[in-house]
Amino acid sequence: MTRAVRLPLDAEVVGELRSGDSVLLSGPLVTGRDAAHGRFAEAIEGGGLLPFDPAGETLYFVGPTPARPGHAIGAAGPTTASRMDAWSPLLVERGLRGMIGKGRRSEAVKDAMLEHGCVYFGAIEGTAALLSQCVVSSEIIAYEDLGAEAVRRLEVRDFPALVVNDLHGGDLYRDGPARWRRAPASP
Amino acid sequence: MDDVADTVRRLCIEANHELRGDHVDALRRARDREQSPIGQEVLDRLLANAEVSAREQIAFCQDTGYAVCFLEIGQDVHFTGGSLAAALDRGVADGYREGYLRASLVRSPVDRTNTGDNTPAMVHYDLVEGDGVRLTLLVKGAGCDNMSALRMLTPAAGVAGMKRFVVETIEAAGPSASPPVTVGIGMGGTFDRAAVLAKKALTREPTGSPSPVPELAELEAELVDAIDATGIGPAGFGGTVTTVAVHVEAYPTHIAAFPVALNLDCHSHRVRTVTL
Repeated sequence: MTRAVRLPLDAEVVGELRSGDSVLLSGPLVTGRDAAHGRFAEAIEGGGLLPFDPAGETLYFVGPTPARPGHAIGAAGPTTASRMDAWSPLLVERGLRGMIGKGRRSEAVKDAMLEHGCVYFGAIEGTAALLSQCVVSSEIIAYEDLGAEAVRRLEVRDFPALVVNDLHGGDLYRDGPARWRRAPASP
Repeated sequence: MDDVADTVRRLCIEANHELRGDHVDALRRARDREQSPIGQEVLDRLLANAEVSAREQIAFCQDTGYAVCFLEIGQDVHFTGGSLAAALDRGVADGYREGYLRASLVRSPVDRTNTGDNTPAMVHYDLVEGDGVRLTLLVKGAGCDNMSALRMLTPAAGVAGMKRFVVETIEAAGPSASPPVTVGIGMGGTFDRAAVLAKKALTREPTGSPSPVPELAELEAELVDAIDATGIGPAGFGGTVTTVAVHVEAYPTHIAAFPVALNLDCHSHRVRTVTL
């Protein structure tokens, strides 16, 4: 069963989500990946300003292709989240409520998420053209010099994802494969 | 050289928007084999994405990758009209701009300024007999390339050690390599030769066709089973299909050596081969 979920994420709804749930996200979110996270960390550690307030926000790890004329955005699938692991706790501690990416998170990120109430959604990278069609609007809000890595405010409609890490210790990337693991035919 | 540049330009655009038919067939076979409901859903979406991408001309993955070129050049061929390397780069730059593809390369690991046009192409030249030129473009995403590995095994570790290394590498990669993966394995040669063989193995056509060498074909089938047994599944959410193909290439090596390189390609397997 698929659940429609509004962005910004409601704290109560976040508590109800369970690892493995299929969701359709609608509303505003912020994008950022490697180079942007380096700058977020510099801003936080240097006492500067972040280009957005993490409190209640959902962050999508994506660097889209250029938009064709008449399109809000180009291909827009998730990138590998583990490359953001070193920086994510800084944002989660400041109230970030959701992250969207692909791939496993570190123990430190998962601990921070459980402590501060943040969920991690997995999207499918090889569906970038389909996901592009879920983006209603896109606006660069910071670091335009980073090109594809600039920070954008997106408005999405019915963006499909799966809950990977919930607030109850569930982890789809651990529990899903464990369910289907078997012995190989030849040792 | 204009022909070379124009061919590369066209291949960059085509490869990023249209999955090769035999790879779509491989994904359909994966869908038939997959038992997990979430895995089936992922494969359905991958197939739907391939259709939308071709129809709407939106790249099917936002990581439009490195442009890797394998050139087999007949020794009787003489190129005219400038530098071959420059023509390849011009083709990449034109294709990525005209195709609305992402420029993803930076000047160096230290100076991380974007080169702006996805150049340079990553080129491998092979000199062969004859007067033909064969060009293969592999659009290689970084997410799965990052999860690749090379190990200098000992002869004592043998084929069993090689299989363990392959499965360990794929388990460590998990969802980050965007399964179901295509696996290219290069065994033998030197440290560098094994890595190039592994990358080239990815380009075998059709996807999943067995090696003509019987013992390698047998090894490929065993590895497909061992990789699927991990349960990682489509997109890493758990399932019965983790790989669509394992292509193994072998080369003579040293009495003291057993190099093994493993190059992973994600579900967006983008390859085109043409004869110029």
